[in-house]
Amino acid sequence: MILNASGCLDPLVAPDVARRLDAVVTKTVTPLPREGNAPVRIAETDSGLLNSIGLANPGIDRFLADVLPPLLELGPPVWVSVGGFSAADYARSCTRLDATAAAVVELNLSCPNVAAPEDEAAAIVAAARAETDKPLYAKLSPALPDIAAVAGAAAEAGADGLSLVNTIRGLALDPATLRPRLATGTGGLSGPALRPVALAAVHACFRATGLPIVGMGGVETGRHALELIAAGASAVALGTVLFADPGAPDRVRAELAEEAALHGFGTPAAARGASHERVAAAVNGPRAERERLRLKL
Amino acid sequence: MSPARLRVLGVERVGPYALLRLGRGPLDPGTPGQFFMLRPPGLVVPRPMSLCLAPPGELAFLVDPVGAGTRALAGLERGDGVHVVGPLGNGFRLDVQRPLLLGGGIGVAPFPFLSARLGRPPALLGFRTAQHAEAAALVPNAEVVLEPTLVTELLSPGFDVLACGPEPMLEAVGRLEPAAQLAWEAPMACGFGACYGCAVEIGGRLARLCVEGPVLGGRVRGQIPAMAGKVAAA
Ligand SMILES: Cc1cc2nc3c(=O)[nH]c(=O)nc-3n(C[C@H](O)[C@H](O)[C@H](O)COP(=O)(O)OP(=O)(O)OC[C@H]3O[C@@H](n4cnc5c(N)ncnc54)[C@H](O)[C@@H]3O)c2cc1C
Ligand SMILES: Cc1cc2nc3c(=O)[nH]c(=O)nc-3n(C[C@H](O)[C@H](O)[C@H](O)COP(=O)(O)O)c2cc1C
Ligand code: FES
Repeated sequence: MILNASGCLDPLVAPDVARRLDAVVTKTVTPLPREGNAPVRIAETDSGLLNSIGLANPGIDRFLADVLPPLLELGPPVWVSVGGFSAADYARSCTRLDATAAAVVELNLSCPNVAAPEDEAAAIVAAARAETDKPLYAKLSPALPDIAAVAGAAAEAGADGLSLVNTIRGLALDPATLRPRLATGTGGLSGPALRPVALAAVHACFRATGLPIVGMGGVETGRHALELIAAGASAVALGTVLFADPGAPDRVRAELAEEAALHGFGTPAAARGASHERVAAAVNGPRAERERLRLKL
Repeated sequence: MSPARLRVLGVERVGPYALLRLGRGPLDPGTPGQFFMLRPPGLVVPRPMSLCLAPPGELAFLVDPVGAGTRALAGLERGDGVHVVGPLGNGFRLDVQRPLLLGGGIGVAPFPFLSARLGRPPALLGFRTAQHAEAAALVPNAEVVLEPTLVTELLSPGFDVLACGPEPMLEAVGRLEPAAQLAWEAPMACGFGACYGCAVEIGGRLARLCVEGPVLGGRVRGQIPAMAGKVAAA
C-alpha cells in the first residue's frame, strides 16, 4: 500500500497524482487556521531538504466545509492528519471528524516546526480515542530518545497504527553570510538523510508493538520501500520524492513488486518483518543470547 | 505527471549565464512566464526555471549559476539527460495593447519567448555589468541600462508593462504602474502546490506563488520579509 506523506501533496491541486495512491493523507489540520511560518521556508542541504512550513492550513472548520468534501470525491480513502497544542485540541478535531467519511485519523505528534504539544503522546492518543471509533495512527518523531517505548504507550492508549517517521530538526547556513537560510532558523530535515533513521524507528516499533506501520523517510525507489517493509512497515508513504517526481507512486509500486520478487517474496507484503528474522539469527539476537548464557553456565 | 527525461542538446555561455538547450520531448512550451521544474543531477528537489526560448523541437532555459542547483544545471553537457516537469503556474496575459518588457538581471530569462509571442515589443533591461548585459542580445528591440541607472528611471507612462526581475525592482514597478504584470520568484521545492514552500504575501495573506503566480498583477503582491541570502544571490 502506497500513500503520500502528510504535507507533501495537495490532492486538490494535483488530483492525477492523488488518484495513483492507495490512500491520500491530508496536510496536518489544526483547530484554528494557520498561515504558517514566514518565508524563506525551504532549503536543500547536502543530505536532504530542510523545511519550516509551520503547518499552514485552513483550520478544521474550513477544512470540513471546503476541503474534505472534494477530497472524498477523488476516489482513494482519505486519511486526515490532525495537529494541535494540547490533548484537548486533538480531541476536539477527532469529535468533528468522527461524523465524516474520513478513513483514518493520523495524529501528528511530531512536527518539529511548531511548539510541541505539552501533553504526552499517550495522553493525546487516549483523548482522541475517547472521541472517535475511526482507526487512529500516531505519527512519531525519530528524535524521541526511546521511540519504541512511546509507540508502546500509544498502542496501550488505543492507537491502531503508527506513522514513522516525521522529519528531524536541522539547520542550514547561507555559505556567504553564515546566517540561517530559513527564516525560522531551524527546520525539519526530510529526504535521503532520513532513510536509515526511519528504518531504525520502524524496526524498533515493529518489535515493540506489532502494530500496522506506515513507513516513510527518504523513500525514492522500490528498493527503499522494500527495506522499510522488511523492517516492519505494512505500508509506505512518499514525501519529498513527490516534489521531484510526481509520477513516483506508480514507479515505486512497480519497482517494489520487482524488488520483492527478486528477493523471493510472492508479494511485497510477504516481506514484512523479514529483517527481524535475520536479526534474531545474529549474535545479539535473543536466541544467540540464550545460547551464550547456556554455554557460560 | 511523471517528469520527462529530456536530452541536453547544448549549453552556451551568455555572459555569466548558461543557455541550456534541451530536446523538447513530449513537453508543451506553455505560455511565456510559466515555468518548468528541472532536477539538477545528484540533488533532491528540482529548481524552477522560466522558459527562455522555444525553437521547434527545443526548450531553452537561461540559468544564472547562483547556488548548488543552478551550478549543476549550468554544468550539464551535451547528451546528458535531465528530468523536467512543466509547464507550471500562470504566465503573462498576452492580451495587451502597448506592451513594454521591463527586466532586471536574470529576470530577462522569460523575455525572448515572451517577445516572440508579443511580436517583438520594446524592452528595457537593466544589468549589473556589461558582461551580464550580453544576455540582452537574446531580446529583440531591447534598450539596456547598467547600474547605477535603474530601468524604472527610464519608464515612461502609457505602456502595458510586463516585468521580471529582483524583488526591489518589481516593487518599484508595481508602485509606478499598478496595472503591470509582474513575474515574482520564491524558493520552490515542487512547483505544483504540494510543499507550501513558496508562500509569499498575496493580497494580504500568505499564498503559494506556484499556484497563484508566478505572474501577478502589481497591486496584489504585498511586502514580504526580505529573503535570506538574497543579496548574496543577486
Ligand atoms: C518561477 C521561477 C522562475 C525562475 N526562472 C529562473 C530562470 O529562468 N533562470 C534562473 O537562473 N533562475 C530562475 N529562477 C530562480 C532559480 O530557481 C533559483 O535561483 C534557484 O532555485 C536557486 O537554486 P540553487 O540551488 O542554485 O541555489 P540555492 O543554493 O538554493 O540558493 C542560492 C541563493 O539563492 C537564494 N534563492 C534560492 N532560490 C531562490 C529563488 N527562487 N529566488 C530568489 N532567491 C533564491 C537562496 O536564498 C541562496 O542565497 C526562477 C525562480 C522561480 C520561482
Ligand atoms: C514540505 C514538507 C511539509 C510537511 N508537512 C507535514 C505536515 O503537515 N504534517 C506531518 O505530519 N508531516 C509533515 N511533513 C513530514 C512528512 O510527512 C514526512 O514525515 C517526512 O518528510 C519524511 O518523509 P520523506 O523523507 O519521504 O519526505 C512534511 C514534510 C515536508 C518535506
Ligand atoms: S513550490 Fe511547492 S507549493 Fe509552491
